[in-house]
Amino acid sequence: MAELNAKVPSGPLSSKWSRYKDHQNLVNPNNKRKLDIIVVGTGLAGASAAASLGEMGFNVKIFCYQDSPRRAHSIAAQGGINAAKNYPNDGDSIYRLFYDTIKGGDYRAREANVYRLAEVSNAIIDQCVAQGVPFAREYGGSLENRSFGGAQVSRTFFARGQTGQQLLLGAYSALSRQIKLGTVKMFNRHEMMDVVIIDGKARGIIARDLITGKLERHFGHAVVIASGGYGNVFYLSTNAMGSNGSAIWQIFKKGAFFANPCFTQIHPTCIPVHGDYQSKLTLMSESLRNDGRIWVPKKKEDAEANRKGKLKANDIPEENRDYFLERRYPAFGNLVPRDVASRAAKERCDAGYGVGPTGLAVFLDFKESIGRLGKNVIEERYGNLFQMYEKIVDENPYENPMMIYPAVHYTMGGVWVDYELMSTVTGLFVAGEANFSDHGANRLGASALMQGLADGYFVLPYTLQNYLSGEIKVARISTDKTEFAETEKNVRQRLEKLMAIKGTKTVDHFHKELGKIMWENVGMGRTEARLKKAIELIRKLRAEFWKDVKIPGTPDELNVELEKANRVADFMEMGELIALDALDRKESCGGHFREEYQTEEGECLRNDQDYKYVAAWEYKSEGNFVLHKEPLVYEEIEVKQRVYK
Amino acid sequence: MSLLGIFLMIFLVVHLGINLCLLRSDGGAWFNAAAHFMGTNYIVKVFEVILFGGFILHILIGTILQIQNWMSRPVRYKVTNKTYTPFLSKYMIYTGIIILIFLLIHFMNFYFIRLGWVSNPNITAEGEPDFYLIAQELFVQPAYSLLYIILIIILGFHLNHAFQSAWQTLGVNHPQYNGFIRWFGTIYAILIPLGFIFIPLYFLLIR
Amino acid sequence: MKLILKIWRQKDAKSSGKFVTYNLDNISPNCSFLEMLDILNEQLISQDKDPVVFDHDCREGICGMCSLYINGRPHGPDDAVTACQLHMRKFRDGDTIIIEPWRAKPFPVIKDLMVDRTAFDKIIQEGGYISVNTGGAAEASSILVSKKNAELAMDAAACIGCGACVAACKNASAMLFVSAKVSQFALLPQGQLEAKERVKKMVKKMDELGFGNCTNTYACEAECPKLISRSNIARMNREFFCAKVS
Repeated sequence: MAELNAKVPSGPLSSKWSRYKDHQNLVNPNNKRKLDIIVVGTGLAGASAAASLGEMGFNVKIFCYQDSPRRAHSIAAQGGINAAKNYPNDGDSIYRLFYDTIKGGDYRAREANVYRLAEVSNAIIDQCVAQGVPFAREYGGSLENRSFGGAQVSRTFFARGQTGQQLLLGAYSALSRQIKLGTVKMFNRHEMMDVVIIDGKARGIIARDLITGKLERHFGHAVVIASGGYGNVFYLSTNAMGSNGSAIWQIFKKGAFFANPCFTQIHPTCIPVHGDYQSKLTLMSESLRNDGRIWVPKKKEDAEANRKGKLKANDIPEENRDYFLERRYPAFGNLVPRDVASRAAKERCDAGYGVGPTGLAVFLDFKESIGRLGKNVIEERYGNLFQMYEKIVDENPYENPMMIYPAVHYTMGGVWVDYELMSTVTGLFVAGEANFSDHGANRLGASALMQGLADGYFVLPYTLQNYLSGEIKVARISTDKTEFAETEKNVRQRLEKLMAIKGTKTVDHFHKELGKIMWENVGMGRTEARLKKAIELIRKLRAEFWKDVKIPGTPDELNVELEKANRVADFMEMGELIALDALDRKESCGGHFREEYQTEEGECLRNDQDYKYVAAWEYKSEGNFVLHKEPLVYEEIEVKQRVYK
Repeated sequence: MSLLGIFLMIFLVVHLGINLCLLRSDGGAWFNAAAHFMGTNYIVKVFEVILFGGFILHILIGTILQIQNWMSRPVRYKVTNKTYTPFLSKYMIYTGIIILIFLLIHFMNFYFIRLGWVSNPNITAEGEPDFYLIAQELFVQPAYSLLYIILIIILGFHLNHAFQSAWQTLGVNHPQYNGFIRWFGTIYAILIPLGFIFIPLYFLLIR
Repeated sequence: MKLILKIWRQKDAKSSGKFVTYNLDNISPNCSFLEMLDILNEQLISQDKDPVVFDHDCREGICGMCSLYINGRPHGPDDAVTACQLHMRKFRDGDTIIIEPWRAKPFPVIKDLMVDRTAFDKIIQEGGYISVNTGGAAEASSILVSKKNAELAMDAAACIGCGACVAACKNASAMLFVSAKVSQFALLPQGQLEAKERVKKMVKKMDELGFGNCTNTYACEAECPKLISRSNIARMNREFFCAKVS
């Protein structure tokens, strides 16, 4: 394989994107009608891309596994979306947003991509407002901003605690309009099973109709994967039950490189695990940390008493409380970035200071802010979150401190893409959380929504057009072609192979086992020994899975267990790659913390000398991956140690 | 439905006004005069046609909508719905049907007599049907009065939901006025039936 | 906890279904309702039986995919939550729980408890949007929206499209769902230009699809997990009349 070419345009950073747009190739309206694009996923990136491409005049087919495109998991994002509008006049700018994102990502993201992200952030807000997204407003009618996730400026736009929902519904409405106009064809309850490659270019997909179980062939001049992240490899995560990494894993097997798989983000404010039967973890917005103070008991015996239910949080006197974030990071206190906050909580719990029945929780206390601001203000700000907490935990958070624990939330890693968001397979584009591009080793709060919509509304419509300008002479390829038949046959064989196992253990059993291995060994604190152990355990589990999984029913009908098995089979391989990448990266940065590489204070010890690159993995065969490196070159910024003290 | 309903509710006020004439101890002079006026005045005749139209449309549309509503859930739930809803709101079609039956009885006793479809021995000096006597004859029978009272109470139930519902359908819903609409509707749905009920009670108990 | 479950089982859209009774034991009160069904399914699979199919995805009450009619109430006995956020502590040990799919003509059953709600998508496709192309938007600060209207629009926009309103309504009416979308745009200046066409088209589609009529029983409002107000229905009626007469 040749050197990775990111195709970053030349020229000064701030004019790269406009230069790209000025010089890119266009497709005339008559030809657009003759070009088909397949989009997989209807989240922020997928829906916005499909809607925009449909508006431009392309023929779009869009797929989602849910019953409606409106259900994609972008809907669950709570906090907000960043933009460099500088409405509050607090000194924000495109450069600052760019800089904060690069720094927040611990200098492991591609500079030009991040700059472009910051550059188009303002247009996203314009677009969403025009669509009727009900952002929060000031009394004067102007848009309200808040500070979020450790930023020193207020640049986050929000719609109560449901920003993701509102942005997704905005994209969904734009998509619905195109569906009505006939430019986009919707395939709901369809799962992409594989990509079809003809003469080295992505030309379509094999999809499974989840209701009939039928395999379908779909042609496209280009294919866009916007299927989200792979956090469910950990089983328990804040992802939706159906969120999966199969689309990206299948294209990985077909030649798309997978970048930085070990960069997974653990979110600090989730509701702790309460039992074995638990199916997912519920996130509570990071904004809670604006007014809540995080603490554990100072004395181990107090923590132990609390775990046994003998000592209530409120009975622990002030002097015996350890506000460990405020103690360790006086400048940022409870508002340090997610990776830092998560790790600090884990460190306390591991040291024996954890609270709650499992000992895997820390307190998030609002007593002080309720005293200072009044219960009303807290209720106005976080009422829905408090209510949600009470519903789940059955405890009143106005009176007792909340209990929180970190949970897997977001995956910064993903399919390697160049500046045009094209993977190493020609004509195969990847957008949103599914790609690796903009967040480096750690994503800042309110940046995921920004990236998803940037890719879909403002990047892909240009770069895809540039690519398709070279495809205008390619007539629609019949799906009877051998490559389609061959790919479909492979998919069928795989499903039949799964069905034929007829073992004794359920899919969920294996998924939970995998999750445990991942969380314990490839979670927040990683060591060489544990990572090696994880790889071994995963391999063993995978072999067992292929021998002993039990799937009822047949592949030719609605078969939820088969759907799950197919996804878990991919996670089984993916977990190994994550561990392998984590093993290879002998440094700590962002969400990737290797215990061997830390400062004396227990902070990330980055190694820019040896690891300032994107690790792009190539698939050779099962468990056999080859590493390619894309060096990260920073022209505009000085690489510094990330300090939040 | 809502517009027709509001129209019919206004009519009820007029109807009650006339009925209350029965309470005057004048041997039915006022009441019969009113009945005479209602039966002969040409403007009233025009309104009568509109009123009948209103009734028929209200019943017709109500029936069609109800059939559509039943059809929109071809397979029913095993467990009947336990959602909290205002008790009477779900039974408008049934209270409506009862009111329709009542209306037919009512027509037999009064309106059809004027049309001469039903024979009637009570004649006033002017040779017109003496509706005062007819009413008196009916109301002094406890069974009839009781039935009348029950049916009027059911009418009250129908009206109670009808009033606020009509405004909701017309789009009149504002936090500042919703309270008033509900209050007024309830008062209306109590006062109008009370007025009607008072008449048989008067004939039965007081006179 | 011990539970007796009576669940609607239906092989596919064409088959006729029936209730099947299952006994479950050792359920933690902290378990969510869907986790309880997961446990049931694990048991069914190990007994070589077909697991119960039900729609679910985010399990945090926002995607709107879960759709269970539990003991006579959409999303079960707790107020203002979806079935995924319902916890077993809301039931008593030994309870019999009857689980049915949403029932409405426009929501045909696909399998067991899974129904087809694409009718909602079709209504949105008729006009549940503001026609603005990507890139054609004006500077966001040029559009001012009063805080009050922004809040009301957000109240309406909070709808998750789960269909509990239809499931609860004795007429299987979709008025609350449709009015939430109509209201959101009617309250915002951006939505004004298309307002009349929007409400007419969406209402027409809703009727075509076979949803029932609104008789103002407000069961929809009582069951809405996002507390969408009936005032949206009134607003839609208002918009509809105005659109029809002008």
